[in-house]
Amino acid sequence: MFNGLTLGALLVIVAMGLTIIFGALGVVNFAHGALYAVGAYAGFVAYEYTGSFVAAMAAGAAFLMLVGIVIERGLIRLYYQRPKEDQILVTFGVGIVLVEGLRAIFGGLNRNLPAPSWAGGIVNLRVTLYPTYRIDVLAIVGLSLVLLYFILYRTRLGLIVRAGIEDQLMVNILGINVTRTFMTVFGLGAMAAGFAGVINAPIVTVSPDMGADVLVQSFVVIVIGGVGSFWGAVVGGLIAGEILSLAAMIEPAYSQVALFAVMALVLILRPQGLFGVQGRQ
Amino acid sequence: MSTAPAITRPRRRTPWPELGMVAFLVAFPYAIPYLGGTIDTANRILDWGLFGLGFDLLFGFTGLLSFGQAAFFGAGGFVASYLLTAPVTDNVLLALLAGTVAAAIFGAIVGYLSLRRAGIYFAMLTLAFGEMFYFLDISPLARWTGGENGLAGVPTPHLGLGFHLNTPLGVYAFIAVLFFFGFWFALRLIHSPFGAVLRAIRDNGERTAAVGHAVAKYKLAVFVIAAAYGGLAGGLLGLLQGFMPPDAFYLETSGQLVVQTVIGGAGTLIGPMVGAAVWLDLYTVLQNIAGVGALWQMILGVIFVVLVTVFRRGLCGGAVLLWRRATAVPPPPEAAAESAMRSEPAVSAPEPRAPIVRPPLTGPVVLATRNLTKRYGGLTAVDDVSFELREGEVRAVIGPNGAGKSTFFNMLANVIPPSAGTIEFKGDDITGLGATRVCQLGIAKSFQINQIFVSLTVRENLRIPAIARTYGSFHPSMLKTVGDDAAVNARIAEAAAAVQLTDRLDTPAAALAYGEKRRLEIGLALATQPQVLLLDEPTAGMSPAERADTVRLLKRIGAGMTIVIVEHDMDVVFGLADCITVLFNGRKIAEGTPEAIQANPEVRVAYLGSQAAHEPA
Repeated sequence: MFNGLTLGALLVIVAMGLTIIFGALGVVNFAHGALYAVGAYAGFVAYEYTGSFVAAMAAGAAFLMLVGIVIERGLIRLYYQRPKEDQILVTFGVGIVLVEGLRAIFGGLNRNLPAPSWAGGIVNLRVTLYPTYRIDVLAIVGLSLVLLYFILYRTRLGLIVRAGIEDQLMVNILGINVTRTFMTVFGLGAMAAGFAGVINAPIVTVSPDMGADVLVQSFVVIVIGGVGSFWGAVVGGLIAGEILSLAAMIEPAYSQVALFAVMALVLILRPQGLFGVQGRQ
Repeated sequence: MSTAPAITRPRRRTPWPELGMVAFLVAFPYAIPYLGGTIDTANRILDWGLFGLGFDLLFGFTGLLSFGQAAFFGAGGFVASYLLTAPVTDNVLLALLAGTVAAAIFGAIVGYLSLRRAGIYFAMLTLAFGEMFYFLDISPLARWTGGENGLAGVPTPHLGLGFHLNTPLGVYAFIAVLFFFGFWFALRLIHSPFGAVLRAIRDNGERTAAVGHAVAKYKLAVFVIAAAYGGLAGGLLGLLQGFMPPDAFYLETSGQLVVQTVIGGAGTLIGPMVGAAVWLDLYTVLQNIAGVGALWQMILGVIFVVLVTVFRRGLCGGAVLLWRRATAVPPPPEAAAESAMRSEPAVSAPEPRAPIVRPPLTGPVVLATRNLTKRYGGLTAVDDVSFELREGEVRAVIGPNGAGKSTFFNMLANVIPPSAGTIEFKGDDITGLGATRVCQLGIAKSFQINQIFVSLTVRENLRIPAIARTYGSFHPSMLKTVGDDAAVNARIAEAAAAVQLTDRLDTPAAALAYGEKRRLEIGLALATQPQVLLLDEPTAGMSPAERADTVRLLKRIGAGMTIVIVEHDMDVVFGLADCITVLFNGRKIAEGTPEAIQANPEVRVAYLGSQAAHEPA
């Protein structure tokens, strides 16, 4: 139950990054899983140098913001006028380059990032013993979500992003400074992925391919929740996390399959997703 | 008929591609050592090429980008390998067939689910479902698939009667024959009516549906075909390796297929094979360079990104483009196109100049609406509109901006569903049937903003509605050559003559002048041979001269046809319409002959504002 919550919370952050990039830029970022892995490695390197987990989180987030901006300025901006398929292809290609780059620099071996010292140990929750770090993750994710919510619902940038999710064309027509907005949003989205990578690093092992599963799962989250909804991503992420961990308790072999079965069910019963609006593609 | 269509003669396609492919397949195993590969490399290239043929039909020709093809590659491979190693059968061909069929069935299921969402969702969903097959393979089904170990001991192909193909060249021959069969089928398919519709879907799915094709069925059919190709290639992978690895199901397998297809060139059939050759060759070459070997996938990734960015057609697509440029006849100078357009008045000159006096309309009612209403939240765009259209009538629907004309019109064509009320065609309720079925019944719409198939020629454009009328909303005719179809060609010729594009038939639609595009737009609706033609601002954006030409053209088309026209230009309206319906604030405020409407005070108020009514005329 709590494992599901932790996993779900991470998926929420990753999916949120995907959603805001899609919402503002209209681009589905197939490199999102790779950015998540880059974030984990960035955190790993920062931790090696400083020995501080807080520094690792900050470095991971900041570095990914930078990576995101570089990718957007260098490549993605050439694609806004091109077909969706081309956008998917190019982000997919960027993902390959990033993952293989990690492999070239760090080798294919798994790395471990230890949980921060202030979050080591185990908590007695009366019902179950639970690693403290996982609870901290929940707190960290909760805080970041509040921050994201604030950005999306209380700032000018958020207004533009949400408007873009509603009606891309209209936002472009209104003459908003898209260059800066797009750059910032892609950076923020990449940062969300990278941040999730750092905070998840102590729970899983760090490897160049660690992002592939997360990419697929965050797609499932978006399909279940419906693109274009903050709460869709939140609820979709938590549902996905719970399905994965609950199914794993009952029958581990089927945990991943159960997730896809639920996605198929949502597609049949409510193709636009739980929080999606009908007719929006 | 002064414009005699001289274009109906079918042109037989010379089987050059087939002959070329045979020559290539015979020479390939002897040439590959010079390219640094072995016959085993050649086998792999052909296997990936076969896998890619199906994917190219799906992505290159229909525009559906799937990231889940590994599911079918793996499914076909494991079904075939299981049957041969269990062993259930020792018949290799039977096992391959079973694998192919199994993959096709999985394709139908995954396709049904994934195609419920279009565009980006489709790519995301296929990726997700592809992963599901991987997870199914490695644990719940591990009893049969060997889990993460795969299935070892797959026998080499043999055809019975003591024919064991256990030499590399023997395996090559086996794969080459199957590859050729796959290539032949794909080639026939893209030249068939079915293939023509696929290309139209890639260009503009909505318009393809609007001219009467059941787009969802076509998409599902091509998805199943692509899955079957994947299944066959997967089965062959097990045979040629003697081992069926679980990584056939990996996300990387789907990715590799996409990358190879784009590098080789999507939409060329042989592109995926060329891409596979590049992939395997690059791998071999880079492995031998010290310090670079480990980077080979990254280098490939960079090449891929660069190709997608600046050279989207890939190697084969680029070659085709260069060859076309080298052999192309220089396009006719602007003047020629100009004169072609100017010659229209001459064509229509024999017609009477005076307005056509029609007999009073007493024909049966063809199209009618009863209390048609459309609400958007609190706004009622169309409010309780009832109207009747008689056979042979030309009806104009007018009204100031925001009167609800377009909404009303889109409801007539079943593009949007009404909130209340019904639409009847020849007495039958057609409300909610959808644009495709309504078009098949005989109501066609031309759009206010051109919705033509820009990457097709004029002939290929008109072919799409002609196929819909000839074959119905869905017809799996994949082996027929559409260019030879007399019924389709006759319909193309007729529609082209009606919109005066007969001498532009082989021009790409993108290269047409604006007025010609507008006429092609009308031609697309006309080629469905509708009983009722709905024209949404046919002269939008035209110059005054073009407008006059279009009015003449519509008059000629309109003789004997039932038409509803929405138009802002009053010259066009009063020049064409038998009867006018005026909408204002969503309501019908007047209906009658052009003369009656001109004199109607309420209409004046609607157009000129309430103040005008108080001023003396």
